[in-house]
Amino acid sequence: MKSWRGPPVPVAARPSVGSSGRTSSWRIQKPVVNLKRCTRCRMCWIFCPDVAISFTKRGPAINHDYCKGCGICANECPAKAITMEAL
Amino acid sequence: MKQALTGNEAAAIAAKLARVKVISAYPITPQTAVVERLAEFVANGELDAEFIKVESEHSALSACIGAAATGTRTFTATSSQGLMLMSEMLFVASGLRLPIVMANANRSLSAPLSIWCDQQDSMAVRDSGWVQLYCENNQEVLDSVLQAYRVAEELLLPVMVCFDGFILSHTAEPVDIPGQAEVDEFLPPYKLPNPLDPCRPVTMGPVGVPECYEEFRCMLQEATRASKEKLIEVGRAFWKHFRRRYGLIERYRSNDADVLLLTMGSLGSSAKDIVDSYRKRGEKVGLVRVRSFRPFPVKELIDALGSAKAVSVLEKDVSPGSAGALFLDTAAAFINVKRAPLMLDFICGLGGRDVSSLHIREAVRAATRAAEIGEVRKAVRWLGLREKLVGLRI
Amino acid sequence: MREELVEEELFAPGHRACAGCGATLAVRLALKALGKNVIVANATGCVEVISTPYPETAWRVPWIHAAFENAAAVASGVEAALKSLGRRGVKVVAIAGDGGTADIGLQALSGAVERGHDFIYICYDNEAYMNTGIQRSSATPFGAWTTTTPVGRVKRGKDRPKKDVPAIIAAHGAPYVATASVAYPIDLIKKLRKAAATEGPTYIHIHCPCPPGWRFDSDKMIEVARLAVLSGAWILYEIKNGRLNVTIKPPKRRPVSDYLKMQGRFKHLTDAEIAEIQRTVDERCRHLGVG
Repeated sequence: MKSWRGPPVPVAARPSVGSSGRTSSWRIQKPVVNLKRCTRCRMCWIFCPDVAISFTKRGPAINHDYCKGCGICANECPAKAITMEAL
Repeated sequence: MKQALTGNEAAAIAAKLARVKVISAYPITPQTAVVERLAEFVANGELDAEFIKVESEHSALSACIGAAATGTRTFTATSSQGLMLMSEMLFVASGLRLPIVMANANRSLSAPLSIWCDQQDSMAVRDSGWVQLYCENNQEVLDSVLQAYRVAEELLLPVMVCFDGFILSHTAEPVDIPGQAEVDEFLPPYKLPNPLDPCRPVTMGPVGVPECYEEFRCMLQEATRASKEKLIEVGRAFWKHFRRRYGLIERYRSNDADVLLLTMGSLGSSAKDIVDSYRKRGEKVGLVRVRSFRPFPVKELIDALGSAKAVSVLEKDVSPGSAGALFLDTAAAFINVKRAPLMLDFICGLGGRDVSSLHIREAVRAATRAAEIGEVRKAVRWLGLREKLVGLRI
Repeated sequence: MREELVEEELFAPGHRACAGCGATLAVRLALKALGKNVIVANATGCVEVISTPYPETAWRVPWIHAAFENAAAVASGVEAALKSLGRRGVKVVAIAGDGGTADIGLQALSGAVERGHDFIYICYDNEAYMNTGIQRSSATPFGAWTTTTPVGRVKRGKDRPKKDVPAIIAAHGAPYVATASVAYPIDLIKKLRKAAATEGPTYIHIHCPCPPGWRFDSDKMIEVARLAVLSGAWILYEIKNGRLNVTIKPPKRRPVSDYLKMQGRFKHLTDAEIAEIQRTVDERCRHLGVG
């Protein structure tokens, strides 16, 4: 009885980035962007399941903390501006 | 205001007085009238609530979970097979610490199919993390539902109010219905600390990895233990408002008793009559009725039973391969206690079998005999068994 | 940039999904479509386990998980609660996989749709129980290998066709039912927005390839999803108040073998078996007017 302190809260978690840590450690290859070829079509950004691509004026920016290296962005880029490179 | 109410009506009126906002329930005998009455209250505009007429008991409790998590006071009612179908979600409701209140009209379990009373349904889910209260009469049903909300919401624990099917659910008794203003004073509006709200996103029911799961179970255990004090505190507040007393157990002529009966639910009132008849003859027989089975009132039972010579437990449930649940927990309460009474377990009244005064007297006689000879020859027995009917030999 | 494609990400990076996960992309896109004013009830499954390891969570919207078979029932409770509180402008969204929808959760879904709750039900269909390791569900397509429909001498993959859940929900009289694909994000987002603007129960069934479960390389996830649509193996349509409208019509359908041959789960199929699947696809395309 004494060890129990005050009203408990329900099992609740708070939103956070990186809920499972730096998932980039799973990667065996990484995307490299050739900005000269990029047409800013955003295909890479929209198809990324890991929310690891953001878009700047210059083109896509890869979040290397969370990119798992799935290769969808390279496969879907119509301008072939992204290549997957071994680590 | 006194009115003749069945147990089902008492439960429905209590939910209305508690101003529940979301009701989610499915019909099942003998609880169905609770659902019907609440549906009428909502249809008449007497109760401002959403009534979700779900397609199963599993969904009934699931919907209560969603509604309680969104910050509304919720209510459901069920019996027997319905409680079994809910059982998965019972554990989720307590694990999520949602203060849902449920009325359970106790009924036996299939097979064979039986719609009649015993307490095997709620006993089967005694480890689900719900507070379980067992009522002796319909006044207690109404009063317990109101108290249940206070306990549930102050500790974030779900509470099950159990009352014997048919014996209480379908029998009208005079019940004092408190006024709405008094109830409002006793029961403040519902507030959940972290409800589902787009303004403040939370994740409820995340994955409990091995590094945290045990802590959540321990928090639940500690909160349930704390609910003992809370039940007493709420019982005191209830007395202040409504002048009816409730505790974790009820003691009836038990202080100086050599032989005690121990039971739960409506059997308490039958047993009281038997106690009176023994007392008239000068025999020191008494009764203890457990009202709160979860949390289990260990200290209170040690106090109440400890000075008796023998105790006969009368219970409408059995754990096959072991004994009755009330007997087991009571016996466990006396572990590490120097002076313990002899204990006998009488399984009775299963599937609506009548427990007559003869049966209760048999339990008293057996305890008296055990007290005389100082030992128990057979701890677990069945009362009123018709062995010849099925060719049983025990 | 298309106006459908908002910048804000309501599903955070760093979750535990496999590389190239179709289901996760479906959720990310769905949240883009729906915005912040939602409450999500999520069934047990891949999306749930990969996103919420306590005390962290990838969800930037309020979210609850209760069990496997009851996302629609939990959503019913949330919706009723919002109604009783007089809260307007918050949409309730149930999310479940194909197992949680077509199999164990079908009863709760049917009940919630029949009762007419105002909510969106999203099924992310990766065509098997992927979270437990690729077991067949009633949404697994004909011929597919799974760990419980292995390819042996007597049995060769799943011997029953895929259950048509959108048709079942449409038969309830739901005001809006649609199929979608992660390969067609604009179409997907438009449909979710329509669902959000519809009062009453709406249902969106999203085809979500699963690289480990379907046996293909993760970079081909969108390509596989697209080929399903281009071959007519997965048809994108919407049913609005009972009227069916195909939203993406491939100009000239690709042979279904192009789709099947990208995936290891179909690699055992003989030419005769593929021809049989082609016949079924042709028939369905004709039936829905895909051509």
